Amino acid sequence: MSEQAHHTSHSPLPYLLTLIALLFLTGVTVGAAYVDFGSSTVNLIIAMLIATLKASLVALIFMHLRHDKPINAIIFLSSLIFLGILLGFCMIDLDSRERVYPTGLRQVDVPAAAAPAAAPPAAAPAQH
Amino acid sequence: MSNTTHDVAEHRFRQHHFATAEQQLDTSKIGMWLFLATEILMFGGLFVGFGLMQGVYPEAWVAGHHHLDRVLGAVNTVFLLCSSFTMVMAVHYASTDQKSKTVLNLGLTLGFAFAFLVIKYFEYSHKFHDGLLPGRYFNLAGVGGPPQQAMFFGFYFAMTGIHGFHVLIGIILISWIMVRASRGDFSSAYYTPVDLIGLYWHLVDLIWIYLFPLLYLVS
Amino acid sequence: MADIITTPHISGHADHHDVDYLHDGKGLRSWLTTVDHKRIGVMYLWSILFMFFLGGVFAMLIRLELLTPKETIMSAETYNKVFTLHGAIMVFLFIIPSVPAALANFVMPLMLGAKDVAFPKLNLFSWYIYMAGAFIAVAAMVTGGVDTGWTFYTPYSTTTDGSVALMTFAVFVLGFSSILTGVNFIATIHKLRAPGMGWFDMPLFCWGIYATALIQVLATPVLAITLLLLLMERSFGIGIFDPKLGGDPVLFQHFFWFYSHPAVYIMILPGMAIISEIIPTFSQKTIFGYRAIAFSSVAIALVSFIVWGHHMFTSGQSQLASAIFSFITFFVAIPSAIKTFNWIVTMYKGSVAFNAPMLYALSFLLLFGIGGLTGIFLGAVSVDIHLHDTYFVVAHFHYVMMGSTVIAFLGGLHYWWPKMFGRMYSEPAARVACALVFIGFNATFLPQFVLGSRGMPRRYYNYLPEFQALHQASTVGSWILGLGFLIMAGYLFASLRKKMDAPANPWHSRTLEWQTSSPPITHNFHEIPSVGGGPYDYYRPMGKGRNA
Repeated sequence: MSEQAHHTSHSPLPYLLTLIALLFLTGVTVGAAYVDFGSSTVNLIIAMLIATLKASLVALIFMHLRHDKPINAIIFLSSLIFLGILLGFCMIDLDSRERVYPTGLRQVDVPAAAAPAAAPPAAAPAQH
Repeated sequence: MSNTTHDVAEHRFRQHHFATAEQQLDTSKIGMWLFLATEILMFGGLFVGFGLMQGVYPEAWVAGHHHLDRVLGAVNTVFLLCSSFTMVMAVHYASTDQKSKTVLNLGLTLGFAFAFLVIKYFEYSHKFHDGLLPGRYFNLAGVGGPPQQAMFFGFYFAMTGIHGFHVLIGIILISWIMVRASRGDFSSAYYTPVDLIGLYWHLVDLIWIYLFPLLYLVS
Repeated sequence: MADIITTPHISGHADHHDVDYLHDGKGLRSWLTTVDHKRIGVMYLWSILFMFFLGGVFAMLIRLELLTPKETIMSAETYNKVFTLHGAIMVFLFIIPSVPAALANFVMPLMLGAKDVAFPKLNLFSWYIYMAGAFIAVAAMVTGGVDTGWTFYTPYSTTTDGSVALMTFAVFVLGFSSILTGVNFIATIHKLRAPGMGWFDMPLFCWGIYATALIQVLATPVLAITLLLLLMERSFGIGIFDPKLGGDPVLFQHFFWFYSHPAVYIMILPGMAIISEIIPTFSQKTIFGYRAIAFSSVAIALVSFIVWGHHMFTSGQSQLASAIFSFITFFVAIPSAIKTFNWIVTMYKGSVAFNAPMLYALSFLLLFGIGGLTGIFLGAVSVDIHLHDTYFVVAHFHYVMMGSTVIAFLGGLHYWWPKMFGRMYSEPAARVACALVFIGFNATFLPQFVLGSRGMPRRYYNYLPEFQALHQASTVGSWILGLGFLIMAGYLFASLRKKMDAPANPWHSRTLEWQTSSPPITHNFHEIPSVGGGPYDYYRPMGKGRNA
């Protein structure tokens, strides 16, 4: 059963309505940029939410995901999920760099006389 | 295209290793969505880098984005959204055997795409003129402000540049489809190339939908 | 998601229906413009084997240099270039395309009962992209080479002289070949299975290739953007990765390993997929735990994306991130273990034959056990602090990449050689070569575990005298390994000069590729097979069920 049949009998009205909604949302996001919501993080979140709404309209209606077989939507969403993994783990690292956990290890002072005899001769430094 | 009369009446572009036209169409769509997924991940990497560095140098990012023209960015957004509309209309008309409207809408899409690139040209030449260039070419002495603006503009040119490159590719592909449409290659039985290139073009629009607020609007 | 396809109508062009694919169309041009997946697979095969030879030459040079401390046959700067090129060639030009592009391209459509992959022209295009990347890489080598290590860590890679730009651009181009192959295979498996073949009726080789393709599609684009950022950093000094400009070199490593860790599963999953075919065939017994192996393949692919930080424990990554990555790393071993146990149990009470493919599969079981387990040692942060950047790591990844993937590739090559070329190779010679490869491989790399745990750093051309004996043992091992490969090349090429003597099904296997001639006709099957039953129904006598 092909989904293309549904489109040929659809009028193009949903596309026009979607365009109007998209243009409206563009106006909203530009306007919101001039409003101070307290912190820049909140501005960012609002901008991203509006962008995601616009993107969803484009994906569902212009790109026909609403009517297509689900595999296409799964592929699309998977790419976003894995992108989120990249962002998420990098953020965990960057945000926790200063946080050093105590190891509970004792500090031991090595007496100078017992220092290792032969330090390795100067070799080519590791290439990283 | 669902009823059996269309399946049996093979269009001349069905390839031998597919059993039915519908199988070929479904497969082509999966292939295109997989390719779009790779594009999302590639651009997404840039977005992730941009976002992480924004967290490290917020003042430089604010200073950098103040040099961008919001009006031009918004106009470009409107151009791309309209081009997405005309593109999906072209797909619609191709699927309903309306050849002249298909060609017309493909032409309109091209028009909006060119307009986008023209605005980009003006933006870029402004940046060159003002010394707002990436990395070591950033004219910090002339511009003033935090030095990591050079990094911001590195991202700006990388993101808008690669996006612009994809717009250019889109223009070439849409032109090719326009030629094929005017030759009568497409009908309600077979309009897959229009559909697939439409998907590509919508992706280009999707990326800009995120690029615009991230680069131009956030402060 | 079982997509049952109606039996396709075979279009009636009668001429080339009985000519095998090797003889259907003569001359270089017919090969360079082919869209036949079998011919494209063969073209990939010669390309990657040449690259394996090239990378192997660099390996022999490395081992020669390490016969004595200090300079033996090359300067330090040259040594840096030699190990970089060995790594880059082996990873990007040989091992990543090896099983998918050369073997799976040939075999998978046959196994699915399809006439070709989903996008035959894209398949040819992928090969051309591979060749373009290969040429650019060779250009990078002859214009001065690269000395950054195959990992291109910043800020050294963004500031050093040498053909870094060319080499990273070559890898960028090669990435697209890998991506497009992945796209092709996912679409093929979803949509082109024969009528009656559901997801759980297809051979496990296809599950392995599917899982590999998922990684190829999802991970490689991030490598692409990483390399682009590296190029821009070199060209414009943007500063993202350069600490002097406020950048973060660890960020490069995050981006790089987000691809490169899943990439190692691009390497091992197809190898495992081959083992899943060889063992049932040469035990004449159905595979144990089909669904467990199938789901494990996909699980490995998915979990591989959340462990990349285990390459970065000593990089300056935060303690918290290291702890999280280490914890998850232990889980990624579980599906691999499930597969290993299932393969072993498959042989129990089977009728085991010790032909060359099976000898390689058995070698795999041992060598992958060692390689995989030593990976777990390295996954523990407290142990890795000491072993990172030592020869222990080098030994570990050679056990998984060479001792597992290459061994499995060789097993697959010997398994499908009669199908691809219609000739049987000399079985005694093959067993000799397998023994030499096995002995030589272990002689080369087992000492390196000891070297590493005693403190020998990797990528050093100079070392303490106490390490010399083990280094020399390793080098002698590499000569045995090389000899094994020379003999292998000898009997394989000799077989091509014979006339075609291979039966359609020399190994009495039940998967569909053996139900057509050796070599197959251009369109694979005279009639699209109709599938009933599973791919490993050895309890059914030949001639019933699937083969009826």
